[in-house]
Amino acid sequence: MSRKILEVNNLTKIHGRGCPLCLESTGPEADTNICPHCGSVVAAHGVSFDLYQGEILGIIGESGSGKSTVVKTLYFDDAPSAGEAVFFDEDAQYDLYSLNAAQQRSLRNKRFGMVYQNPHLGLNFNVSAGGNIAERLLMSDVAHYGAIRERARSLLVRTEVLENRMDENPKKFSGGMQQRVQIAKALATRPPLLFLDEVTTGLDLSVQAAILDLILEIQHELDTAMIVVTHDLGVVRLLAGRTLVMKYGRVIETGLTDQILEDPQHAYTQRLVASAL
Amino acid sequence: MNNTYELPLDEAGYAFGFMDEYAKKEVRRAILKAICIPGYQTPYASREMPMGRGFGTGGLQLTLSLVGGNDTLKVIDQGSDDSVNAVNLRQFVQMTCPGVDVTEKTEDATLIQSRHRIPEKLLTEAQILVLQVPYPDALVVVEPSEARRKTMHGEADYSRLLVKLYEDIVKFDEITISHRYPTRIHGHYIIDPSPIPRWDVPKLHQSKALILLGAGREKKIYAVPPYTLAEPLAFEDVVFSVEDFRDAAGIRRTCSRCGTADSFLDEFSNEAGEKTYQCSDSAYCDEQLAHQTVHAQTTNTEVAA
Amino acid sequence: MGYVAIKGGKASIEGAAAATDYLRASSGKQNQSLTLDAIEGQLRLLVSRVVSEGGLYHPKLAALAIKQFQGDTLEAAFALRAYRSTKPRLLETPPQNTVDMRVIRRISSAFKDIPGGQMLGPTYDYALRLLDLGLADENPEDFRAIARHFLADAPENELPDSFPKVLDALRTEGLLPPLKPVAGAPFDITRQPLIFPVPRAAALATMARAETGSLLAIAYSNMRGYGDVHPTIAELRVGYVPVMLPHPVTGEPMEAGEVLMTECEVVAMFEGDDQGGKPVFTLGYGACFGHNEVKAISMAVLDRALQKGMKDGAANPSEDPEFVLLHVDGVDSMGFASHYKMPHYVTFQSDMDRLRTTQAKAGIDTVRQKDTV
Repeated sequence: MSRKILEVNNLTKIHGRGCPLCLESTGPEADTNICPHCGSVVAAHGVSFDLYQGEILGIIGESGSGKSTVVKTLYFDDAPSAGEAVFFDEDAQYDLYSLNAAQQRSLRNKRFGMVYQNPHLGLNFNVSAGGNIAERLLMSDVAHYGAIRERARSLLVRTEVLENRMDENPKKFSGGMQQRVQIAKALATRPPLLFLDEVTTGLDLSVQAAILDLILEIQHELDTAMIVVTHDLGVVRLLAGRTLVMKYGRVIETGLTDQILEDPQHAYTQRLVASAL
Repeated sequence: MNNTYELPLDEAGYAFGFMDEYAKKEVRRAILKAICIPGYQTPYASREMPMGRGFGTGGLQLTLSLVGGNDTLKVIDQGSDDSVNAVNLRQFVQMTCPGVDVTEKTEDATLIQSRHRIPEKLLTEAQILVLQVPYPDALVVVEPSEARRKTMHGEADYSRLLVKLYEDIVKFDEITISHRYPTRIHGHYIIDPSPIPRWDVPKLHQSKALILLGAGREKKIYAVPPYTLAEPLAFEDVVFSVEDFRDAAGIRRTCSRCGTADSFLDEFSNEAGEKTYQCSDSAYCDEQLAHQTVHAQTTNTEVAA
Repeated sequence: MGYVAIKGGKASIEGAAAATDYLRASSGKQNQSLTLDAIEGQLRLLVSRVVSEGGLYHPKLAALAIKQFQGDTLEAAFALRAYRSTKPRLLETPPQNTVDMRVIRRISSAFKDIPGGQMLGPTYDYALRLLDLGLADENPEDFRAIARHFLADAPENELPDSFPKVLDALRTEGLLPPLKPVAGAPFDITRQPLIFPVPRAAALATMARAETGSLLAIAYSNMRGYGDVHPTIAELRVGYVPVMLPHPVTGEPMEAGEVLMTECEVVAMFEGDDQGGKPVFTLGYGACFGHNEVKAISMAVLDRALQKGMKDGAANPSEDPEFVLLHVDGVDSMGFASHYKMPHYVTFQSDMDRLRTTQAKAGIDTVRQKDTV
């Protein structure tokens, strides 16, 4: 069995001031994620899972299910209200939420990668495609211009971005190409852990397929562990070995992806699978 | 309205150093903090001086807080002691700090206030150089919010500044930053070394003199303490370079007045419309000239013509 | 050859001062020097502006500064600030409740009638802006008669010493949040640097001595649509507030004098309470030395906008504390704009060096495709 990369325990995120009744008044049974007593939003509660090297974990659910909240808190875009997450690096382990801001930034820059649905969040549109990759390398103290150029070039070639567009601003690129630049940027520091948040949503089907292939290839080549957040069952079917199903901030079902798709246990998952067929 | 109130007409004289003593003490406290954390922009409650913000009020507050009866002061602007702003600041210090000597000779000064230049002559441990600063933060070109810049400095997060250098090289095959060259102090904070030319940046490195930088309008004081590492930002393979004063044939231009070939030159057109070059540092130029008059009388007819 | 530089600094500066003073003295047929009394009395709104932007309540010195700097409000306020730099802070005055203001004018646009009544007082609000050519050549006798007649015609019934605050009535009704006690001394911007995020007291102090036009421009951007304060003036009052100081012997507070102030309180869109209580109106506050109504209103609008920005994040420039507070000071901004007139030829030399090098490389590189080696 491969090495454990991430261990998440009871991750919880509440937007708003919260009250003692929040948790019991929300969730799939209550059919809402908004607390009727104080109006706070329970975006995620009690999310726990492990992730191993080279594994792709899918998180599926509709909007408001809390799936994006999970990766946002893991990537430090947002602070959780409760819970813990431990990242096991090659020679050290980090309790993510007890780190200070600088330590979090360092992990985020050097050991994690993130690809957002909206390329504006992942790319700096004031600099070239190559500059975006350079930024991540420079964060990791690479100080040789030629080496940075070379690495940026090879990453863009690997993600099938035309080499001669390396010095162009990515705002001129198509949506699919922007996602490829985002992936190249995320991979710049060879992170052992990659977060993918609805990366193919809104793209043409043929482009979607090519991007998903690219993700699979990268996983095979680099043995990167990934968390793939999507509302698209096709994406988890293709990419994820294991899947969590979320609804109103809670994990309602978890297991091998094939199992979940073939034999869904929870009524909600059953509806989800049925509707996708 | 208090119609019986009379103006205190006997208040024309000012206390030594113009500012009240509490204000000077506060500035000195900020200076000490700045020295302890090399390159860190120490905030202070900058007072209004009787000259415009941007004319050197930050430097002046440092000078007025440091200067004492035993000091000898030199004030320069664009390298020259005789430029309007330098004269103005010097006169003001003379007026409000009776007993302080002034000089134009770099080596005679204990305290030097300067705008845009560091003297050519090597400074000593007995000297303090005060630089006037319009923009104290090197990160302002990539991040407008001061609150966010403060975090970036704290974490030594300078990747966005480096990306700017990277993009420069991609576009122009050169780092295009001319002056205010971002310089890393003591391995952590990157400073804006004030609008000195790149020519002067290496003088910050391991300087024997204490270098203090004061931004009055932006209300910050920072320091390059003596014998401190000062590294201009660059890549391993695209190095920092100073201004190039070679002509088309690759020959180093010389000062048309003193003939020296090792100083920063000002370029202008003479009355005949020809390009002329002269030392920017007037005191240095004078010294070279005096040196020649004594030792090389054969050549100076041509140079001083 | 001589040293070519901006030489002869000393003589030039003296010459510039003499030329400026000549212009002050040479104009006009009468050739009479303005008296400080005339400035303080007849140009009272100019004096108001200078004491407010100078951050020093000293109408006499403000009048002097206006005379010396020939009516330039930025320069005059600047001179007051520089004067202040020479003075130590000896005492602090305790906070004053403006309900005790000796009011010369107070209005509310929220209510037709307010407790104590509306009092229009001295204002140009409803004046027709028609030039009064009669003032062109005013004879001294008529001039003196104006004040005499005004006082003689003044109604017998004395004005009350103070008026209740409109906001207090709204507060009693529960339409406004209750007053929160303020802990600690107010932020003193003359003794502490602004380090963001700053407390509201620091924002208010910065705006109180901000340049009127700058405040107005940013507040106006909010009013026009780059923001959504939509203020209603609950109360605007102008009047005199006592300055209390501890008695040097007994320590008891005693009145050392009074300052003319303008205060504006605006009510804006209501908001839900963070603690889950009922929604209430939000407030904006503006106050400054002197009679400066536009400034006080602009400040109140910006106070509201900044409070919103500090709570929810800035959606507009007027809601961004750094944007507003670092760009409204007249002394800072005018100084920096002026400094561009100073020589910059060392930096320009350096700029030329970079451009020439880059141009030279571009010349060489036109054939070579970059980075394809």
